[in-house]
Amino acid sequence: MNKILEVRGLSKIYGPGCPHCVESTGPEADTNLCPHCGSIVAIHDVSFDLFEGEILGVMGESGSGKSTVVKTLYFDQAPTGGEAIFFDGDTQHELFALNAARQRWLRNHRFGMVYQNPNLGLNFNISAGGNIAERLLMSDLMDYGAIRERAKALLARTEVLLSRVDDLPKHFSGGMQQRVQIAKALATQPPLLFLDEVTTGLDLSVQARILDLILEIQQELKTAMIVVTHDLGVIRLLTGRAIVMKYGRVIEAGLTDQILEDPQHAYTQRLVASAL
Amino acid sequence: MPHTTRGNAYNFGFLDEYAKKEIRRAVLKAIAIPGYQVPYASREMPMGRGFGTGGLQLTLALIGPDEVVKVIDQGADDSVNAVNLRQFIEMTCPGIATTTKTAESSLIQSRHRIPERPLTSTQILVLQVPYPDPLVVVEPSEDKRKTMHGEADYSRLLVKLYEDIVKFDEITISHRYPTRINGHYVIDPSPIPRWDVPKLNDSAALILFGAGREKKIYAVPPHTRAEPLAFSDVPFRVEDFRDAAGQRRACARCGCTDSFLDEFVGDSGSKTYQCSDSDWCDEYVLRVEHAQGEPA
Repeated sequence: MNKILEVRGLSKIYGPGCPHCVESTGPEADTNLCPHCGSIVAIHDVSFDLFEGEILGVMGESGSGKSTVVKTLYFDQAPTGGEAIFFDGDTQHELFALNAARQRWLRNHRFGMVYQNPNLGLNFNISAGGNIAERLLMSDLMDYGAIRERAKALLARTEVLLSRVDDLPKHFSGGMQQRVQIAKALATQPPLLFLDEVTTGLDLSVQARILDLILEIQQELKTAMIVVTHDLGVIRLLTGRAIVMKYGRVIEAGLTDQILEDPQHAYTQRLVASAL
Repeated sequence: MPHTTRGNAYNFGFLDEYAKKEIRRAVLKAIAIPGYQVPYASREMPMGRGFGTGGLQLTLALIGPDEVVKVIDQGADDSVNAVNLRQFIEMTCPGIATTTKTAESSLIQSRHRIPERPLTSTQILVLQVPYPDPLVVVEPSEDKRKTMHGEADYSRLLVKLYEDIVKFDEITISHRYPTRINGHYVIDPSPIPRWDVPKLNDSAALILFGAGREKKIYAVPPHTRAEPLAFSDVPFRVEDFRDAAGQRRACARCGCTDSFLDEFVGDSGSKTYQCSDSDWCDEYVLRVEHAQGEPA
């Protein structure tokens, strides 16, 4: 199996930071707020690998740093430490050592992101088709007809009615907005997709269809994905492997079945028990 | 007013020499980086910002004693803005000559038009700019716009064009058409009509843009690529001035059929069309008279 992403020692501290930050936060300290300098240790020493066509789950409660992981990898935020290597065919990219233009290139051409809030992923003032066009234009496709065809094909694939391709996404339902976001993220057929709480806040039948869509896409395109969620059902359905986070640390990692059936860490045990 | 240049109350060109030097430095940088908006300390001028202070400062910093200056406002030499600017330049730059003839001028300050007559390598065109940044319509933060310019990230401008075609089947931008200079920076070419945008490409003359209120100077150096943003299958096109029958309209005064036309609506609602470039129109009238006057 080909490795897509290798993350080692990823850290992100909000605030000035001090030498005591790391030792005085974490699951043992039961906080992510450093009592010495007031900095928030959002994530510390997060390491994992991701392989081609694999879906990795990141779970944990609110504030555990799971979203920060994907945000740093998608260059929304700069990490304070650690490294990540993206394997793109024969080339390797050391993500955090690239300059801004190269990072933007990777983000536009090789990565895709679906946010929990469609506000972040979509421009509500331009049409659904325009949103997808934006992503295609970022990757230097300059032919109007081709852009239009591709946008329609993507919206059809994500089951958005084609008659609404020129409507503004702000007039769409939450589920449809999420579908447009997925279509936009898939526009450049990226080998790596980040999904940040994609089904949170949607009703159950819509959730189920979105999850089906994600699985179908993974089967069809062999896209590797990192799925961030606090919903154990989503983790169970989508992911093969998962990591569990608490106060910015990875407390458990392994096969999803194993984690859900035989959790080792006390926090994971509580998490699994409370969900059932 | 207690002044006159006769009493040497003002420096030649109104601006002090330090101000001119700073503007010239900004101009050099703008030429060195085609299309890049160079910030400069736009001086207070004895006229409101938005009345061409950016263009005027460029003109006054570049003007020399043997200069022949032409000032255009929307193609005409005799509209209020052009007349006032010309008088101001005459008053503060004693010894220079002014003209209304494009061919005779060495320095042209213009608002909203580029002359029809092709400019030469001995001429400089200065355009007045109200909004220098083409990205302002898609990104309110100047900080982010600078990064976007630096990375040549203009996809959001292209999305505007896409949306235009979706809604109206064509690109509806009538003036200030975003134009990519030398393959990188996209500029707002000031409110010139689409008709004038191709004249920026491979121009023999140096074209300078000055935004007084926004404090920016940028340039399209001679013989530089200037490509209006467009899709590969929906090319950029200029105004065609065709009537309902598909016939190219002609200027009502000179009969020219290959110039940019202004539309005038009469009292009865009737429309007449006339050259926007008044010097071009005058010249064309003379040419027609000359041709008719010749013995057959």
